[in-house]
Amino acid sequence: MNILGKRYWYFALSLLVILPGMVLIALNGLPLSIDFTGGSILEVRFAGETPAPADVVAVYESLGVKDAQVQTTGTGTVQIRSSFLSEASGEEDTGETATSTAVQAALREEFGELTVERFDSVGPSIGRQVTQRAALAVAIAALAVVFYITYTFRGLEHAFRYGVIAIVAMIHDVAVVMSITALGGQFWGWQVDALFLTALLTVIGFSVQDKIVVFDRIRENSNVYRRLPYETLANHSIIQTLQRSINTQLMTVEFMLLALALFGGITLREFAVILLIGLFSGTYSSIFIAAPILVVWEKQEWKTWFRRKEETQTI
Amino acid sequence: MRNLSSRLILIAVIVALAAWIDFSTELKIPNPITGQTLWRRDVSPKLGLDLRGGLQVVLEADLPEGTEISNEQMETARLILENRTNALGVNESVLQVAGSNRIVGEFPGVADPDEVKATLGQTGRLEFVDFGFLPIAAGTVVQTDVEGGEATDLNNLPTDPTTPIIYHTVMTGDKIETALVSTSQLGEYYIAFTLTSEGAAIFGEHTSTHTEQYLGIVLDKVVISAPTIGSAITSGEGVIEGGFTADSANALAIQLRYGSLPIPFKVVESRVVGPTLGQDSLQKSLVAGLVGIIVVFLFMGIFYRVPGVLADFAIIIYALIAFAVFKYFHFTLTLAGVAGFLLSTGAALDANILIFERMKEELRAGRTLRTAVDLGWTRAWSSIRDSNLATIITSVILFWFGSTFGATIVKGFALTLALGVGISLFTAILVTRTLLNLVLKFIKPGTENPKWFGI
Repeated sequence: MNILGKRYWYFALSLLVILPGMVLIALNGLPLSIDFTGGSILEVRFAGETPAPADVVAVYESLGVKDAQVQTTGTGTVQIRSSFLSEASGEEDTGETATSTAVQAALREEFGELTVERFDSVGPSIGRQVTQRAALAVAIAALAVVFYITYTFRGLEHAFRYGVIAIVAMIHDVAVVMSITALGGQFWGWQVDALFLTALLTVIGFSVQDKIVVFDRIRENSNVYRRLPYETLANHSIIQTLQRSINTQLMTVEFMLLALALFGGITLREFAVILLIGLFSGTYSSIFIAAPILVVWEKQEWKTWFRRKEETQTI
Repeated sequence: MRNLSSRLILIAVIVALAAWIDFSTELKIPNPITGQTLWRRDVSPKLGLDLRGGLQVVLEADLPEGTEISNEQMETARLILENRTNALGVNESVLQVAGSNRIVGEFPGVADPDEVKATLGQTGRLEFVDFGFLPIAAGTVVQTDVEGGEATDLNNLPTDPTTPIIYHTVMTGDKIETALVSTSQLGEYYIAFTLTSEGAAIFGEHTSTHTEQYLGIVLDKVVISAPTIGSAITSGEGVIEGGFTADSANALAIQLRYGSLPIPFKVVESRVVGPTLGQDSLQKSLVAGLVGIIVVFLFMGIFYRVPGVLADFAIIIYALIAFAVFKYFHFTLTLAGVAGFLLSTGAALDANILIFERMKEELRAGRTLRTAVDLGWTRAWSSIRDSNLATIITSVILFWFGSTFGATIVKGFALTLALGVGISLFTAILVTRTLLNLVLKFIKPGTENPKWFGI
């Protein structure tokens, strides 16, 4: 079975998945939740009849909050997103923003008794920092992984390559997740929140783990079959680890996530779906992205990219 | 094989210990002779706010950007806030310093989040209050005239005991310049304080006319100490002494210095989760986890046969140990943590699958069962080690990210992931291997059926 021979097809397939999402992100940005942008989510359950969204918005507007968005959830609660509601802090009253207590009191007065299921309120400054720190954490983690792989594969020629390619493939997985999330945001109202961040970080962790298993096989085989051309060697290694990749990733991890997505409550559904896609992409990219790039790098194929087609095919 | 039986005993001991922690809420070792408890530890499961409902607040120092804030100041502020919220009677509240300028407070199961937030938002006020000759115990809540109102004449107390006494505030805590703990020649602790010039004048006048009387030190209307005035203090420098331990003297000195919070804070993030939403999520994710695990167990048994079933056993042991570790070290289980835990069982299986695939390869290459088992292990080890180490590196960095930032979700997830990876290495190496060797003992060489190993 020659997997690596069709390597440019896989690159094209990945681009096909990544590009539409990237275009969406370029146009609209990521659908960021209040965890990053700052703002408030108030989720309440009304004891009496659930009021119409427009009436709830009217209550917010009467308090000077102009950007309230109301959504009824599947479980009969009402979710209201708005700009940051400041806290009732005894003495100081900034006078600019309505406090959460004022909003709740007004809702009670208008629609009767209610219980607060959830109230999240994030100041604008904190969200910006979450994004920065997360990017920093990922960058540091990536760097640490490159060094670790370079160190542990030091017996191989060009050990540094393996580290760099593991990270390139990881970026591929992040891009796939981002793209799907952007599409999800467009069509199903998905939002990028702290849980999404956790899912993304997990994808990164497992993606690297998966690459190392494949690279490890190349490392072992290169000691055994010294005469084989690199492409054959890499191809052979992929096929040897294929069964394991399918069993670990698809049969166990993905089953677990599928169960979480199907039965695990609304709070975890998006999280599970994103992990499902991300971890699948992680397995896919070990075989169809990381290993092919290794071959491209080894053969320095970019030298022939811009020549006539026949020449590239004779390799 | 002596090695095998000692391994089996080790596994049995660990499993028994884990099961003991898993199925009890408190560990106790009684002295067999006297019946007294020698050692105890609370191991009741700690559920995160997202699972049991409650309030999470992130406070940020309300100072212009670039202002230097010392760790000491943050720790002092945290202590003061902790005292305040404890006074509200919220159980198991946790306040932690996160990063250089934030404090994260978690209050599980609070009924009135607004009250907690208001209490946190207050600026504490330290007052020196004239108690006359009345000895008032620390911890008493008193009323003072600092916000206005007329002080009660202490020489002419109202006869009706229901009439509240309003004490006169001599001065407020902002007139204290320094307060330090020292020891006398006899080794007794005392607090030496200095006052601002304005404070020295007020204090000098009061102490010269009220010697032998009590001067109450009151923080947020709660008496923290009420020393008697020994002699007039007109120099602006005085000492408070009498029965201090190192800790109590230090605590009082800190309160004198920072009676009001050393730094002002504002609420930058707050999350309230209703109790029903949390329980619902917990139940659903547990059901989901159970379904997922059963499917995975079946898969392992069908695909890998004997080793697969052994791996299932190993995973059960893995889950027992992991849960015991969570309970013993009081890790808080969050929703993301539960998800991380479920995922880590998948990762725990990965080690087994790597080994079994290797074993099958060796079997197909015509090796005997025993050799295949041994080779499977040695050959798969490098990839298991390297891939799991990479995951541990990532989770350590994520943990650091979560704790410096107060992002408890990320922190909980990283912790469960790292622990899961660590424990899974242990179970794959020790448990599955030992069980497999045990099974091999019962198979006579030459009679093994490759079908049992999924070939």
